[in-house]
Amino acid sequence: MKIQHGLTMLALIASAGLAQAQDAAQVRSWAAACANCHGTDGRAQPGMEALAGANKDDIVKKMLDFKAGRKPATIMHQLAKGYSDEQITAIAGYFAAQKK
Amino acid sequence: MQRRQLLQAGSALGAVGLMSGCATIGGNGPKVVVIGAGYAGATAAKYLRMWSEGSVQVTLVEPNDSFISCPISNLVIGGSKTMADITTPYDNLVKRHGVQMVKDRVASIDAAKRIVKLAGGSELPYDRLIVSPGVDFMWESLPGMAKEGAKDKVLHAWKAGAQTLALRKQLEAMPDGGVFAMSIPLAPYRCPPGPYERACQVADYFSKAKPKSKVLILDANDDVTSKGPLFKKAWAERYKGIVEYRPKHNVVDVDAATNTAKFEFNDDIKASVLNVIPNMRAGDVAVNAGLATANKRWCEVDFLTFESKAAPHVHVLGDSIQIAPLMPKSGHMANQHGKACAAAVIALLTGKQVNPLPIYNNTCYSFVSAEDVVHVSSVHRYDADKKTMLTVAGSGGVSSAANELEGRYAMAWARNIWADTLA
Repeated sequence: MKIQHGLTMLALIASAGLAQAQDAAQVRSWAAACANCHGTDGRAQPGMEALAGANKDDIVKKMLDFKAGRKPATIMHQLAKGYSDEQITAIAGYFAAQKK
Repeated sequence: MQRRQLLQAGSALGAVGLMSGCATIGGNGPKVVVIGAGYAGATAAKYLRMWSEGSVQVTLVEPNDSFISCPISNLVIGGSKTMADITTPYDNLVKRHGVQMVKDRVASIDAAKRIVKLAGGSELPYDRLIVSPGVDFMWESLPGMAKEGAKDKVLHAWKAGAQTLALRKQLEAMPDGGVFAMSIPLAPYRCPPGPYERACQVADYFSKAKPKSKVLILDANDDVTSKGPLFKKAWAERYKGIVEYRPKHNVVDVDAATNTAKFEFNDDIKASVLNVIPNMRAGDVAVNAGLATANKRWCEVDFLTFESKAAPHVHVLGDSIQIAPLMPKSGHMANQHGKACAAAVIALLTGKQVNPLPIYNNTCYSFVSAEDVVHVSSVHRYDADKKTMLTVAGSGGVSSAANELEGRYAMAWARNIWADTLA
């Protein structure tokens, strides 16, 4: 019983680890869609806001403000509405973890 | 001397190996061949190298010396930008990312043996093939264009390059009081708002340099296909008396000798400068390989992987694909295809699960003058039931009015997407 329980736990941990790794690749792909304007991994060329190494909470707040129409924008209020709050939080986490 | 040169060559090779993160030259990693180094292919090549941490060998086949951007090329025609402004070398794909570039054309694809045969005679085996040749023109729908010299006189300038500059020169040589007529094919075609932006750019040039001249837009479609109210406002207000828009004008033939366009239902139109944008289909490479399964014109793909519905292990990207609903054939979208496909190919090569929920966006800026810009944006998300990309309800939109701030954002977009694709 104990051994079986231990094995089940191990399998659970392993599959959780796998799911996490897959999620990381998914979030990386979602974030890459922002690179057209904000640079590869958020390291922007001149004239556009860089996202690499920015504070996660700041990015989330800005995006949610765009999404809710609280923050004026030319285009970001339209793009922010295409993402769920959870997706925005995950993408913000990716950019916050990138080197500036 | 010889020995020193040899040593230098050796250390240079070592540096390349280090920079690309592994010794891929002659390595054993899975092989991906990419055909075409435009927005889709170059992006896929770079991201395949980056996201596989150098473990996937990438060979990029491209006949051109450097990348010349279609977006912003209308500004060269208008005269506010130069060819140098829209040209980027391919060096960084090789030096920074370890992509192996082959300057050649593709002769054929053997999908059964998984080999690409090049015009130069060499053969490239692959585990996965990415085909991104952009568009080619359906010249068979314009018989007169087959006459000798016709294609040098009546230009399309719809692939940025020599024709971009040649059209600019035709406009410069045109006397004031002349007519520039441009025909637009039935959708779908590359860059939906592009022709209307071009009309604005030529009108902007005429308003400054040749005020008695006219821009005549001959559109095969029933109405302006993108950003209609914004373009019509620019023509009515900024370019009053210069631009005339005529919908439902489908060009069926051209007499290049007299610069005359012939139509399905309307009278012939003769112009001082005639710019015919022909009907389009997937690039020759894709069509010849049997990948264009939709009306023998566009390539159907699985939107999770961009794998062709006609050939396993072959992926098709960019303007060549049969688009999902409301998905434009744009450089921005092609770059998104490149990244989504790179991630999927790496997952397939390493036995991992492919991302079940791709989400990406499109933003497209059009210059209505040398400074002022209007945009259209959209967000696209995979729909598992319909097995295609759909726009997210409530997302996207257009500019409220043409403005200079978005003109600056448009150039920042260009710098960023060129770097994301090539640097």
